[in-house]
Amino acid sequence: MSDSFTVSDLTRLMREVAGEDESVDLDGDILDLDFADLGYDSLAILETSGRIARDYGIVLDDDALTDAHTPRVFLGLVNEKFPAVGGAGIERAS
Amino acid sequence: MTAVTTARPVASAGSRAVITGLGVAAPTGLGHPAYWRATLAGRRAIGRITRFDPAGYPARLAGEIGDFVAGDHLSSRLLPQTDRMTQLALVSTDWALADAGVQPGDLPEYDMGVITASSSGGFEFGQNELRALWSKGSRHVSAYQSFAWFYAVNSGQISIRHGMRGPSGVVVSDQAGGLEAVAAARRQIVKGIPLIVSGAVDASICPWGWVAQMASERLSVRDDPDRAYLPFDLDANGHVPGEGGAILIVEDAEHAARRGATRVYGEVAGYGSTFDPRPGSGRPPGLRKAIELALEDAEVAAEEVDVVFADAAGVVELDRVEAEAITSVFGSRGVAVTAPKTATGRLYSGGAPLDLAAALLSIRDGIIPPTVGPAAANGYDLDLVAVARPARVRVALVVARGYGGFNSVMVLRSVPT
Amino acid sequence: MSAGERRVVITGIGVTAPGGVGAKNFWTLLTDGRTSTRRISFFDPSPFRSQVAAEVAFDAEAHGLSPQEIRRMDRAAQFAVVTAREAVADSGLEFGTHDPYRTGVTIGSAVGATMSLDQEYRIVSDSGRLELVDHTYAVAHLYDYLVPSSFAAEVAWVVGAEGPTTVVSTGCTSGLDAVGYATEVIREGRADVMIAGATDAPISPITVACFDAIKATTPRNDDAERASRPFDATRNGFVLGEGAAVFVLEEYEAARRRGAKLYAEVAGYATRSNAFHMTGLRPDGREMAEAIAVALTAARLDRTDVDYINAHGSGTKQNDRHETAAFKRSLGEHAYRVPVSSIKSMIGHSLGAIGAIELAASALAIAHNVVPPTANLHTPDPECDLDYVPLTARDWRTDTVLSVGSGFGGFQSAAVLTRADRGDR
Repeated sequence: MSDSFTVSDLTRLMREVAGEDESVDLDGDILDLDFADLGYDSLAILETSGRIARDYGIVLDDDALTDAHTPRVFLGLVNEKFPAVGGAGIERAS
Repeated sequence: MTAVTTARPVASAGSRAVITGLGVAAPTGLGHPAYWRATLAGRRAIGRITRFDPAGYPARLAGEIGDFVAGDHLSSRLLPQTDRMTQLALVSTDWALADAGVQPGDLPEYDMGVITASSSGGFEFGQNELRALWSKGSRHVSAYQSFAWFYAVNSGQISIRHGMRGPSGVVVSDQAGGLEAVAAARRQIVKGIPLIVSGAVDASICPWGWVAQMASERLSVRDDPDRAYLPFDLDANGHVPGEGGAILIVEDAEHAARRGATRVYGEVAGYGSTFDPRPGSGRPPGLRKAIELALEDAEVAAEEVDVVFADAAGVVELDRVEAEAITSVFGSRGVAVTAPKTATGRLYSGGAPLDLAAALLSIRDGIIPPTVGPAAANGYDLDLVAVARPARVRVALVVARGYGGFNSVMVLRSVPT
Repeated sequence: MSAGERRVVITGIGVTAPGGVGAKNFWTLLTDGRTSTRRISFFDPSPFRSQVAAEVAFDAEAHGLSPQEIRRMDRAAQFAVVTAREAVADSGLEFGTHDPYRTGVTIGSAVGATMSLDQEYRIVSDSGRLELVDHTYAVAHLYDYLVPSSFAAEVAWVVGAEGPTTVVSTGCTSGLDAVGYATEVIREGRADVMIAGATDAPISPITVACFDAIKATTPRNDDAERASRPFDATRNGFVLGEGAAVFVLEEYEAARRRGAKLYAEVAGYATRSNAFHMTGLRPDGREMAEAIAVALTAARLDRTDVDYINAHGSGTKQNDRHETAAFKRSLGEHAYRVPVSSIKSMIGHSLGAIGAIELAASALAIAHNVVPPTANLHTPDPECDLDYVPLTARDWRTDTVLSVGSGFGGFQSAAVLTRADRGDR
């Protein structure tokens, strides 16, 4: 496990839980693009944050999440709390 | 009733509703050309369930759609948030619109609506989330569970995909719902909406859906596909469930003419619906009345009906009720009767719209598709069509019944070209 | 109205709502401005983000259901049957004297037999351990839970209806749409009497969990009685509720001939879709405004005729802003003059049922010339700047009510009720 939550961690999770808009290159420079322009709506963000809560034990603040419109801001929120107490996979094992 | 407020359903006083596009997803074929070829050939797509291991269940046969890959047709953004029945419905809608030659973006947004039927919603999606909930905990339930399983999901997703902002709706009347939805679509056409996407697609061949379907005690528990679903046969022993259905483009006839629609398959000429009396009431079942109401609504005499697409429950008592209703209206062997669903299994709310598609293709091609399986000497006083039969078909009547007592009957009529 | 056009009136009302079983108790709760939102008692809510709901204190046996009916029916079906009986009794209509084929049923429900399905899945899957669920543990009536048209069947049997019968399931507008649907069936001439309404009983772990996942429900668990705050600046989600409302709808001339009590006329109804998002709403309220305009046109009324708006008012940030915009867009300046309230502040959001329950409140507002309040509205939101009737019911001459709903799937519906006995328009 790396010492931070990276953009590739994020795109991997988003592809898994919300799929991928075929007209967008998620592997390009996306850090400052709006999630909407990447083809992701609020549900995709919520679904991703749900996965992060389960996989990493990191629960993001509601209001901050609502305002996280770009991957850079989103990653910032996650990394503020990274690594979470208990570490990754804690809930998977239960 | 007073003289002022006539009870006569005068749908014909307004616009006429015609069907201009078909989108079919059936176990026997994806797209209406493939489905129709298989149907006329009497090819059956009933077999042992492959989606899960059915060995532990008394009923083990189903009509599965084997060759549908959702990702070939839909963005991967849609896949995690949709049940299989929604994926099938979205693709069927794309086909129906293409068949009708309609580009939704070219029409005013409030001129198009979506009215579908459902019977059990996105049940497999719901099953998976229930499993996540009870085996792992509430935080493992997907955000998409808030709508992906519910009965309204197909109408919602179709309206979003095509920017249709007109009147939309969803009805649930078990297996009669598919006709109720098209009748509701016609109502909107009469009220002045030019185009409604209607019909239904159902799919719940998953362990939880299977167990719930078995509770109806109407599923065949035989393993031989030749002997499992035999409506109007004294050896009837229940039905085989299937998945799929049809999406239809229901359109105002003048609107279709104005835009130069490539094909008008037929008119939704009449509809009647009743509900059976409470068991033990001593009153007669309501199917005959529903047939009479549909004919009256269409202003069609019984003699004018060329073919009846039967509900074909495959349960002796229910087959008898239907056969008696048909013979009481049309006379002994007075009309051709067929049940192409013997090749697909019963598709729940999707079954009746698929029968509408088959009836419209019968009208187009002048041929009645066969009923596959039941013995010719079937013990009922019906002219059951056993092999594809060439016939001039101008008026077709489609019967659909839902568990609990729902009776729906629709009359389709050819439109002169 | 042109000659020969059939009009539809409400002649009987039944309500089963949190804090008020029976239309009388329901109306008293509303006009007192009391709330029935509490900590969830049906199961241990502590693992959930939102732990608040508005539950109905419902004793099925005391309401006349037999042990077999109770075993057979999901809680939502039980609500529907008990509430339909109340409506029929209230209408004074005697069944058996009518042509059964001319009486039909339309019941709305967003989530069907969710509560039973949740419980039964847990059993047949042995708490999710079995992927191949065990059919030998399935209850006999599982099919009735699978396909919620069983709700309409149960109601039809109670009233002896053999005419057009169906369930309408358009998410959170199901209640409005079911009544609209039944109205159209009578107008079209397919029936003379329709038993129409809606029911839902969604307070179950699976429902609470999925609304948690999209953060649609409020996390205000420490203040359950004041958790539902439509139009308030501090609102942060809706409170799940349950219940039913059922009406007897009749063709106007026939109802008048038999001397029926006329609560209101269903004068206009329309539904439109936002075709935007399954759960999201654009702030402009455009499609709801369109539904309102079409419903008013159908009722042959001007927007200034609206005396009261019974709002969807769910108490989510997005909805209340969207809806306020829709009122301004459709009613113009009149939006600022007409009282608007949300009874979800008191009884929560019972998904498909609430549209019918809100129509019951609308009809009772006409009957009593009283407008129910929006409870818990203490902190005005600059984005919601209409007259939301905060905290206290208001005596108010109410001849015409606009009731609206908005739901997942993008459905936007509007119905217009008018005083039925103010002469032919």
